[in-house]
Amino acid sequence: MRRILDPHGHKPASPELTSAGVPPVDGEDHVRGEGPEAIVYLDLACPYCAATWVRLDGLKLRVVFRHFPVASKHPRAPALHAAVEAAALQAGEAAFWALVNSIYRDQGKVDDPHLWERARALELDLERFEEERRSEAVAERVRRDFESGIRAGVAATPAGFLDGRLVAGDLASELALVTSPRNENEKF
Amino acid sequence: MIAVGERAPDFSLPDHEGNEVSLADFRGSKLVLVFYPLDFSPVCSDQLSVYQEVLPQIDEAGATLVGISVDSSWAHRAFRDKLGLGMPLLADFEPKGEVTRAYGAYLDGAGHGNRSLVLIDQEGVVRWVYESPTPLEIPGANLIFDALVNAA
Repeated sequence: MRRILDPHGHKPASPELTSAGVPPVDGEDHVRGEGPEAIVYLDLACPYCAATWVRLDGLKLRVVFRHFPVASKHPRAPALHAAVEAAALQAGEAAFWALVNSIYRDQGKVDDPHLWERARALELDLERFEEERRSEAVAERVRRDFESGIRAGVAATPAGFLDGRLVAGDLASELALVTSPRNENEKF
Repeated sequence: MIAVGERAPDFSLPDHEGNEVSLADFRGSKLVLVFYPLDFSPVCSDQLSVYQEVLPQIDEAGATLVGISVDSSWAHRAFRDKLGLGMPLLADFEPKGEVTRAYGAYLDGAGHGNRSLVLIDQEGVVRWVYESPTPLEIPGANLIFDALVNAA
């Protein structure tokens, strides 16, 4: 009757999901851009997140990307989040952001062959990509973000925090109020 | 809204399979009742999908989470299938909203329940309640874990 949190069948996460503030940025976070810092919790299979991502692209923001795959609603979300982490492990942050952008710009192609195609376009080693996106380390990394989001009160995606506070209302509109348009040459 | 310390009103409602489920069935374990407005609404879909992701941890905490709305068993069944939900959904369908009213979670005029959470202990006593300021606001799952640690 119950689904397991982790689609790869690893042990469920810690039961400690009581309230806690959103964790500050650390060395493991994916951070991109300059400007006011926004910590965003996104689901790579969520169409609202995709629409928000496109709108964030035009803002001068320091974006901290955190994983929040809602597997029940979006069964492919765990695989997509694992894929972007595997891209980062293999080829660094540029590959991470490139794959995030690629997925958000075409959410209709998210099956495994599509992921291989995207990985090839980024010139990733496909065998290593396959191994790492299915690894416990990657599952743990994604779960770390998901659990921090739950503890900080994320109840839907997209969600974002400014100065440690959950942003109410339409995320992209609210973030636009605290920043200014990016230079066209700085696009993600 | 029902108050902390009160005995939880008994109920017997059909679940998503049409089987009658009563409060007494949960005696001996902690029960989290999730009153939500309507199956398939966007906000309710978000709420229950996220709760689904932490069901293993709620289970580890010794509690059972159950959803209740005024929808029928058939609607519940389709809603569960669509979202891949594992928790039981109870149909407060006829008389419409009777159990939701007994817990003080019915929104008169709207025709459905408000988004509310009730934690009931092993003895059937209400230990924690949460009522959203508006049905558009989703209580985070963290609040359920706080209640399980602090209130029961």
